[in-house]
Amino acid sequence: MNLLYKIVNFYIDGFKNMKVGKKLWLIIGTKLFIFFFILKLFFFPNILQTQFTNDKDRANFVIDNITK
Amino acid sequence: MDNTLLVELSRAQFALTALYHWLFVPLTLGLSFIVAIMETIYVKTNNPEWKKLTKFWMGLFAINFAIGVATGIIMEFEFGTNWSNYSWIVGDIFGAPLAIEGLMAFFMESTFFAVMFFGWNKVSKKAHLLSTWLVAIGSNLSALWILIANGWMQHPVGMEFSVDTARFEMQNFFDVLFNPIGVSKVLHTVSSGYVMGSLFVVGISSWYLLKKRDILFAKRSIIVAASFGLITSIFLITTGDESAHEVAKKQPAKLAAMEGLYDGHKRAGIIAIGQLNTKKEIGDNNEDPFIWKIEVPYALSFLGYRDINAFVPGMNDLVYGNKEHGIEPVNEKIEKGKIAIKALRSYKDSKKQNDLQNAKIALKEFRKYEKYFGYGYISDPKKIIPPIGITFYSFHIMVGLGSWFAGLFLLMLYFSMIGKIENKRLLLRASLFSIPLGYIAGEAGWIVAEVGRQPWAIQDMLPVGMATSQLDTTAVIITMSLFTIIFTALLIAEIKIMITQIKLGQEEA
Repeated sequence: MNLLYKIVNFYIDGFKNMKVGKKLWLIIGTKLFIFFFILKLFFFPNILQTQFTNDKDRANFVIDNITK
Repeated sequence: MDNTLLVELSRAQFALTALYHWLFVPLTLGLSFIVAIMETIYVKTNNPEWKKLTKFWMGLFAINFAIGVATGIIMEFEFGTNWSNYSWIVGDIFGAPLAIEGLMAFFMESTFFAVMFFGWNKVSKKAHLLSTWLVAIGSNLSALWILIANGWMQHPVGMEFSVDTARFEMQNFFDVLFNPIGVSKVLHTVSSGYVMGSLFVVGISSWYLLKKRDILFAKRSIIVAASFGLITSIFLITTGDESAHEVAKKQPAKLAAMEGLYDGHKRAGIIAIGQLNTKKEIGDNNEDPFIWKIEVPYALSFLGYRDINAFVPGMNDLVYGNKEHGIEPVNEKIEKGKIAIKALRSYKDSKKQNDLQNAKIALKEFRKYEKYFGYGYISDPKKIIPPIGITFYSFHIMVGLGSWFAGLFLLMLYFSMIGKIENKRLLLRASLFSIPLGYIAGEAGWIVAEVGRQPWAIQDMLPVGMATSQLDTTAVIITMSLFTIIFTALLIAEIKIMITQIKLGQEEA
């Protein structure tokens, strides 16, 4: 428990004392939000995962595509 | 739907993402080691000036890392959406390397990265130094797995195509890991990152000397970075030679395009510099391939095959065949590829109808012609040759700049050692302007690697046209526009924050 407290404190202290770091974390946060909650959700569906429910159908679909 | 347009747009989108991603990666790879070396000197000497110097460069490393992190994930999104056939087919091969990369990046970033930045004066000097080295090693190991996956696409080994699952299934992990194209790619690409990191430190330090400020700090930085840069430049040239040697053996069409070699011959020379004749076409013997050129005799035969008398096949040999040298014409490969595709279709249909006898015959036929599978999709034999102009010029730009960097580091180190570096203002300016040249060289290298292997997504097995998903082209245009805006904004943020920190200097930053 003491070790866990030390680790948490280590991170809290680190974040508190950052200068440029705060700006960087804001950029990282915004970027990850755009990537995962906008681009991935609305623009980048995994086509085979969303269109088929099992691997057998996915395999058949791909074989159909490449042997047309 | 216009499939050609869709394929070209998907390729352009992937190229854009990869090129932007590579603006951030090389500096992370190189600067991490330079910072680790600087901190090692601090721990050894106990001189607080080296601590300040380490912290300054570590700050710039953090900016680059923070802004660049996760830009590569976009390429994985694109695999699932734009390249679903490809993504399914390679899934079994790429799964392991990409999972290892993901885990490694996660553990490194959450643990050692935090100690490196938050741990000054909180953990012992040696523990901090260890974390810095582990961040450097971890970043480089992450790159290793991605590059191994890329090497496999250039030269697929250690796998078998499963006709039931439509996937390349891994047969031997170590064949994939020690794939000669992959190994030479890892070493060459990672060392280009070291050179980029060195150029960055030397260039920024030169700016301080030109401005006559932070003199001692700048000189110390130059000595460390120019030494590291010189050693890694020599390594870069050596690995580049090995890489070209592997390309000669495994991707001869790429080598021929890199050198603008139309007709193969023995004792082939390397074009040191030259201008391609745009009127020259494959199969046309009337035009000279070059408007002008400077050639190093015998060098291509020697570097490609380690024998000055070796025959180097040209694009005409590769397209139309050369019986004397055992090169099969592409039209024959296309016919065999079509048989393989037909056999695969027949196998699936027979299985569906529960006709096991026919399925067995079809499978045997497929295995016989399997290595020609990808050629069955090629509509014109000339299409197995990558775009010549972009491959040729990118290759020569990369080689030319790489040689300049080695010379630059040597001069910077020499004048630093004799104490005259501040007076060499032209050299300092050249050093500063070499920072963007480093990025150009790195991107040119990727263009050679990726454009040079066209038309293949997986060499000889799957052309890009068969690797894509059937999407609406408008969707691809929208996502590409979004990326351009987001990545450009990130790049502007990086440059702006970096410049602010650099202007502050080591004391205030």
